[in-house]
Amino acid sequence: MFEQINRRSLLRHGLMCSAALTLGGCKIFDAARPNDSAMRNFFERANGLTYRSQRLLAGPNRLAPEYTEADIRQGMRPNGSTNPDGDDYLTLARDNFADYRLTVTGLVENPLSLSRAALMAMPSRTQITRHDCVEGWSCIAKWTGVPLSLVLDQARPTAAARFAVFQCYDTIERSLSGIVKYYESIDLMTARHPQTLLAYGMNDAPLPTANGAPLRLRAERLLGYKMAKYVHTITLVDSFANIAGGRGGYWEDRGYHWYGGI
Amino acid sequence: MTTTRNGPLIYRQSVWTRLTHWIWAICLFFLMLTGLQIFNAYPKLQFGDQSGFEFDNAFLEIGARRSEVGLTGYTDFFGYEFDTTGILGVQGDTVQGVPGALTIPSTRDLATGRLIHFFFAWLLVGTLAVWLIASALNGHLRALAIRSRDIRALPSDIAAHARLRFHHSRDYNVLQKLSYAGVLFVLLPLMILTGLSMSPTFNATAPWMLDIFGGRQSARSIHFLTMLLLVGFFIIHMLMLVAAGPLNELRSILTGWYRVDADQKETDHV
Repeated sequence: MFEQINRRSLLRHGLMCSAALTLGGCKIFDAARPNDSAMRNFFERANGLTYRSQRLLAGPNRLAPEYTEADIRQGMRPNGSTNPDGDDYLTLARDNFADYRLTVTGLVENPLSLSRAALMAMPSRTQITRHDCVEGWSCIAKWTGVPLSLVLDQARPTAAARFAVFQCYDTIERSLSGIVKYYESIDLMTARHPQTLLAYGMNDAPLPTANGAPLRLRAERLLGYKMAKYVHTITLVDSFANIAGGRGGYWEDRGYHWYGGI
Repeated sequence: MTTTRNGPLIYRQSVWTRLTHWIWAICLFFLMLTGLQIFNAYPKLQFGDQSGFEFDNAFLEIGARRSEVGLTGYTDFFGYEFDTTGILGVQGDTVQGVPGALTIPSTRDLATGRLIHFFFAWLLVGTLAVWLIASALNGHLRALAIRSRDIRALPSDIAAHARLRFHHSRDYNVLQKLSYAGVLFVLLPLMILTGLSMSPTFNATAPWMLDIFGGRQSARSIHFLTMLLLVGFFIIHMLMLVAAGPLNELRSILTGWYRVDADQKETDHV
């Protein structure tokens, strides 16, 4: 008897609850959107676990899959900034980057200022790899550049150095408070990975403007936003807490995770 | 529907089974709605290693275009285009693939969607591991094992379900075993592995797994299609719950106690 009475009301309430949950109730999870909100901080606790698993799974030397010439079926899809318009960049571009210098500074014993010609004179690596955007798409292209590890060997990071921070020419955002330049950072395990390049060539041609000329990062085991384009300075640091938003990159400051491997 | 069910109450579901069941339910709810948020960042499905920008390898595409009649949403499925204005592609003034009522957060926010998705992905994997260990130890795995009498009972069991005639027994019937084992040993592992195969870091760890799925975009598509199968399981699961007697079924998954049919003998195994 007890069951007979309650079955109908249970059903009705169940249906009402599930309808409310799916149609509007999800809005309560919008509270996870702002950085440093209590709900977001709770969910961000899983990030440390993911980063440690990523380092464990990847190891220092495991290679991202490489593809063949036949897999290059299209041009490289550009994303983010595609045409920097700062005076400094435009002046360099006008002379085909003859006056460009890559600065390597911060926690290094031997700060560097390298011309494009000097970078191209160093041993190079060419790899056909897949670029994975955080949005979900992928695109295969051939990249040529100098392994970042060789540049670091010249600069000799100090024992305190933990991250390489990449500062870029492109203005990714204009707001009332001024312009925002793109920046990114990686740990030294990724920086020293054999496929991590400072790339100056793409698909057997000089790196196009849309894809980051004159120099961009390739870190093939990470997502696209980690691979800074239009790089002018690499700074070795022990912490990025005091740079821009303090989360290690332009997109990280806007809520994307820093580890960037999934 | 005929339900006899005036037999004794039996203790059918251990606390491990009940607890993991509800954690999965919560996980799958969040994973689906944040997954649709992530899908909205690129509402296309393709097969192969890469996405076609200068060639077409999409079999599903949701989009929007502006014409003289205004903003219209469309869904292209294997070359067949459907006007889905109001549902997919365009909802009022909003241009997005899946409507915000089905995503977490409710507006476009890929970063937060991913944050919550990976949180519950960990919880799902952890709960599966706990369930597997507990079920191996308490004998619950045997309750899912398909035996020769299950195979013999398959035709009559299908006929009984088709007529919504349910037997309330201590053991799972063969269709229950097949669907639960299918979810736990096929669909959920497939979700986890195709999800991992979208990670460029994991691709460096296990490139062979990427080959099994046929490339990163294939893994992404299989991930999405498996989600649809899980939604299909959920719908049938709810229909069966209602048809077989929701109070008795809910009691067993909340408290463990389940009322069996009068002709069921009380045996001691679970």
